[in-house]
Amino acid sequence: MTQTWTVTYEIFRKKGNQASHYDRFEMKVDPDEYVLDGIERIWAFNDRSLVFSHACHHSTCGACGMLVNGVEKLTCITPIRSVTKDGGVIRVEPMRNFPVISDLSVDMTVFYQRMESVGHQPVVSNGFEDSKGKFDPEDDLLRLSDCIECGLCISACPIALTTPAYLGPAVLAGAQQSGDLNPCVLDLVDSENGAWRCHSAYECTEVCPSHVDPAWRIMDLRKKLVSRRIKKFFGIK
Amino acid sequence: MAEHPQKPANLIKWFDPRNKSLGSWAFILNRITGLGLTVYLFLHLIMLGQLARGPEAYDGFIALVKNPIFLAGELLVIAAALIHGLNGIRIGITSFGIAGGKQKQLFIGLMTVAVIAIVYFAIRMFTH
Ligand code: SF4
Ligand code: FES
Repeated sequence: MTQTWTVTYEIFRKKGNQASHYDRFEMKVDPDEYVLDGIERIWAFNDRSLVFSHACHHSTCGACGMLVNGVEKLTCITPIRSVTKDGGVIRVEPMRNFPVISDLSVDMTVFYQRMESVGHQPVVSNGFEDSKGKFDPEDDLLRLSDCIECGLCISACPIALTTPAYLGPAVLAGAQQSGDLNPCVLDLVDSENGAWRCHSAYECTEVCPSHVDPAWRIMDLRKKLVSRRIKKFFGIK
Repeated sequence: MAEHPQKPANLIKWFDPRNKSLGSWAFILNRITGLGLTVYLFLHLIMLGQLARGPEAYDGFIALVKNPIFLAGELLVIAAALIHGLNGIRIGITSFGIAGGKQKQLFIGLMTVAVIAIVYFAIRMFTH
């Protein structure tokens, strides 16, 4: 039997250079619906000027990342039940650390460009065992890589909060995962704004909806960078 | 194009523990203790300067630091050093890919050691 809850969506609104504010929408929802379902209904029945991003509705495109009651969530797979209670509030805001285009939509261009520059592979061989970085060249089946480029980790990172120059967790994890530390990638990641800028808050791994474990990958990348430097120092190939 | 929202003033948000996980609490604690120890270092150097003002000034200063308020301050310094040092060990080893997946357990374990040591020092300082 479906339940009905009354919840209030408090939605961040911002257009152009206008000051931001929150709009409140009281709604009847099924608590097992997802946060994104509510936002879509607000757009459909209350306010067609509400801007937000989404596509797949099943945690694959990575477009629907937002702050839900102060925490980074992929809204298409976040049940309303998990973030509020009957009579409660769902505050929805755009991700942190990205420029806001309008309302809940943010500009992720630089992030996507960085992912490409470090050689992140959105599609990998089925034999590619993400967590250990193993690769089976014989395997010709393909699958999507774990990282869906949602940007939630960048939004949650305290270092990305203070400088846009920091590459950020997903990008460093992408470099670690691709395994191809060519000179161009090394230039990016073995630098002040690369792997060495992380301050170990581990917030990225907490919010990642896709089990990429970016914090672990950053640390593993550092290990690889240090071992390259040591080998270089002793002239070992 | 919309502007990047980052600005140096956001630094203050580093200290906001709301909706954060254990890793962030460790991060915040390390910043607070680090800043505290830096301030203490300066105070310590100023106080050492008293030595240069002769034995009377020094004796007066020693009498002052035996006051319970000073003792509590000293205990805060010990606590900060223990927390910062032990958490530093955790960051040091996890930063190079060792036990990164166990950072929470490491934090809880090392902070338990810190609390036991702080209680031990408090008992010694206030009962002698
Ligand atoms: S690492 Fe995780 S949180 Fe970061 S972009 Fe990829 S899937 Fe999203
Ligand atoms: S809509 Fe595609 S990941 Fe949520």
